[in-house]
Amino acid sequence: MPNALGLERTDYKGSQSTLCPGCGHDSISNQIISIAYDANLPMHRVIKLSGIGCSSKTPAYFMGRSHAFNAVHGRMPSVATGATLANSDLIAIAVSGDGDTGSIGLGQYKHLIRRNVPIVYIIENNGVYGLTKGQFSATSDEGQKLKYYGVNELPALDLCLEAVVGGATFVARSFSGDSKQVQMLLKAAFAHRGTAILDIISPCVTFNNDDAANKSYAYGKANEKPLHEYQFIPVGYVQPREEITADYAEGTEIEVQMHDGSYIRLKKLDNGHDPRNRREAIDVLEQAQREQLFLTGLIYYEEPRPILGETLHVVDEPLATLPDSKLRPSADALSTVMQSFM
Amino acid sequence: MVLELTPQADIQQRERVTNDFALMVATKNGSGSQTSNEVLIRSLFRMGIPVSGKNLFPSNIKGLPTWYTIRASRDGYIARRSITEIAVTMNELTAAEDIANLPSGGVCIIPSDWKWGQSRQDILYYEIPVKETVAAAQVPQDFRDRIANMVYVGVCAQLFGISMEIVRQALLDTFNGKEKPAMMNYGVVERAYQWAAENLEKRDPFYFEPMNKTAGKILITGNESAALGSLFGGLTVAAWYPITPSTSMIDGVLDHKHLRRDPDTGRDTVAVVQAEDELAAIGMIIGAGWAGARSVTSTSGPGISLMAEFTGLAYFAEIPCVIWDITRTGPSTGLPTRTSQGDLLFIYVLSHGDTRQVVLLPGSVAECFEFGWKAHDLADTLQAPIFVMSDLDLGMNIWLSEPFTYPDTPIKHGKTLDKIHLEEFFEQYGEWFRYKDYDSDGVAYRTLPGTDHPKAAYFTRGTGHNEKALYSERKEDWVNNLARLKHKYEVTARAAVPQPVVDYDATKTVGIVSYGSNDPAVIEARDMLAGQGIRTNYLRIRALPLAHEVYDFVRDHKRVYVIENNFDGQMAQILRMEIEEDTRHMGSLAQGDTLPMTAQWIFDQITRQENDNA
Repeated sequence: MPNALGLERTDYKGSQSTLCPGCGHDSISNQIISIAYDANLPMHRVIKLSGIGCSSKTPAYFMGRSHAFNAVHGRMPSVATGATLANSDLIAIAVSGDGDTGSIGLGQYKHLIRRNVPIVYIIENNGVYGLTKGQFSATSDEGQKLKYYGVNELPALDLCLEAVVGGATFVARSFSGDSKQVQMLLKAAFAHRGTAILDIISPCVTFNNDDAANKSYAYGKANEKPLHEYQFIPVGYVQPREEITADYAEGTEIEVQMHDGSYIRLKKLDNGHDPRNRREAIDVLEQAQREQLFLTGLIYYEEPRPILGETLHVVDEPLATLPDSKLRPSADALSTVMQSFM
Repeated sequence: MVLELTPQADIQQRERVTNDFALMVATKNGSGSQTSNEVLIRSLFRMGIPVSGKNLFPSNIKGLPTWYTIRASRDGYIARRSITEIAVTMNELTAAEDIANLPSGGVCIIPSDWKWGQSRQDILYYEIPVKETVAAAQVPQDFRDRIANMVYVGVCAQLFGISMEIVRQALLDTFNGKEKPAMMNYGVVERAYQWAAENLEKRDPFYFEPMNKTAGKILITGNESAALGSLFGGLTVAAWYPITPSTSMIDGVLDHKHLRRDPDTGRDTVAVVQAEDELAAIGMIIGAGWAGARSVTSTSGPGISLMAEFTGLAYFAEIPCVIWDITRTGPSTGLPTRTSQGDLLFIYVLSHGDTRQVVLLPGSVAECFEFGWKAHDLADTLQAPIFVMSDLDLGMNIWLSEPFTYPDTPIKHGKTLDKIHLEEFFEQYGEWFRYKDYDSDGVAYRTLPGTDHPKAAYFTRGTGHNEKALYSERKEDWVNNLARLKHKYEVTARAAVPQPVVDYDATKTVGIVSYGSNDPAVIEARDMLAGQGIRTNYLRIRALPLAHEVYDFVRDHKRVYVIENNFDGQMAQILRMEIEEDTRHMGSLAQGDTLPMTAQWIFDQITRQENDNA
């Protein structure tokens, strides 16, 4: 069935994946395809950016009608910064991995967040280097075992915690095996104005999928603890609100209004986490790390602050396509400047 | 670190010397002497005397020694001169050496409260009451150090013949027309001027006299010129990380950003981002260039090192962007505040694998402006990173120049297909492949993200790719792609870059090849050489890849001297690498001593070698 743009779901596909069969990343690509189709994303305005690694290959596997940039290892955030500044009309989606973001690219990751570059930034996090065949990454859990490298004795970096501390206004964690939640969070992320971080635990079926490993598929399936149940209500949604909220118990429901008029309605589960509270967000992440809990969901959300182009006070129209008359000052302007140096 | 002022020929004559001598001011960094020196330069400029200033400053905020040399040249020579006849010694730490370095017949202006006595018999001393003059001026404590430097301005004005009206105007110029600071300084200058008139007897032969050689000219630094050139070249995204001596280039963009303010919204059509490091700065301008911006970064050697990986990506994925390298000495941190042309070879082949970069080599502030806008046209035309190698001397010192010429060609966007052109392209060719060479010039057609056409998208990558921009490990695809890139570089870029400036006469057998900021020294040296009967041809390289004319010039002379300001003679190495014939007649004259090139050095080197050959 065609969407509002007259496109079929298959139009949102990319080329055939070359990742290992069963890779969690392919599942995420599929969720991206689904929500892009559902949300009627205009593909010509979408740019797909990535660094280097297995995850960074995936932009080839979805939205084939969008421009893509597979940059250098860990430095995609700077490329994204430049591209979105050049054209404020673009919808940017970035895919990175735990090596790309958590090690070589940690600095750029934090500065992207600090500048509030408008982008949906997905980390496909499997706690292991895949393309170089199974080294530990900075998000490998303490005590994690790998075939050639033994036991990891260093604490893991939590990329959501880094994001919250670094000033991100949208931070979520999910599990590639929980397609419904991934889709819901992706939709919300695209509705967010600013940097939206999605750290998705995505098992590496080749190098880190022992049932005991914290980022394995079996472990995720058995231990994932969603913080909430979600509904995403897009702009212009007409269904009566009562109907949606019918099965939510009073006092456990939070509505998060998004910048574009859409909202996320979430039902608190056991933990009772309120994602609008920064202190709670940090606590819940630290608790998860301490107790090795596989907590997923919207961890932190706040009203967006100005995006980079606004901070820099540039015109709204895309800089990339300004007419020449706006790119080159006049001959008179030059002669006035020259006078000032005489 | 001391300024090397090798005492040379004795100045025994006491004949009047007019508008042809140099003055050196030795102070402490951060003491505000820059303002005083600028006032002196602007005064001479206003008097119509060709003038140049060289700031030799330490890598330090406050306290270390700094020297400023001001050269007046009635003949219009603006290169650095190694001899300065007059020393204003305001720094006790270096004064002994500064005095020792004066040539015989030189002049020393020294604070009288030091009570140093006069150790040399062959120079003149003027002792000046700096402390008393400042105290009498009744200026706030915070301003005293700065104001102290205005004392020597007043004394120099009186001794060498600058009118107070000229100084007043120069002060206003220096303070951008702000009356209050200008007049506070003027008070001190005037007091010192009066004191000198009443207490000093003129015993030296040095005079400034009004001329008419600066009318209609400008005084400007290369970095500010580069910034203006970029703004007139349609710059839309600048990203940089602060590093001496490049920072003032981006400061120039910020200072003149009003030129690009949208009158309707009051907002800017150029974005300037201070990046977290040079890795990010180059990444940002590559991302911006890919998305259609005209983007620039400005850096120096250490930043270039960090940019190596990313510039290989831009070369290979064919993304326009402009990188200014305001070179300083290396290796490593080197001397951050000393000049050099030492990055040339590194930039030329920057990044791993088979990479060749386009490098523009401006030789004046006017060319900093011209290459400033042309670099963006070239980047878009060639779909490649364009390096512009300036240096600390050209970038940070003030230069006398004709006003800049307005760009004589419209903005060039290169082979960029918008929706309509893409449609027409499909009609003509029945296809569009991002990396296919449709015009046999090695330059393919690109589309920008945001182009509203279902077939506009392509995948940009630093990995191996075929004409369709698809990942490929096929050796044929690899070889074809590199061959096209090579063709683009060897043929198209070689013809598109600024061509050399040549002064050639077939009867001359000695050729000089040089580039960049050495130009004024070469011009002066050639006149000096001609005076000794050594007639030379001159070719000034303005870009890499080299024009074929450069190779021909080297071949066509009996002897060739390649003059440059690095230690290894890097341009000479490039020429040896690229000229197939014997190049033993070509000698490398590489100064590389951290200071701007001088005519005397070139003259000495060439006369010695020519005499050996005679």
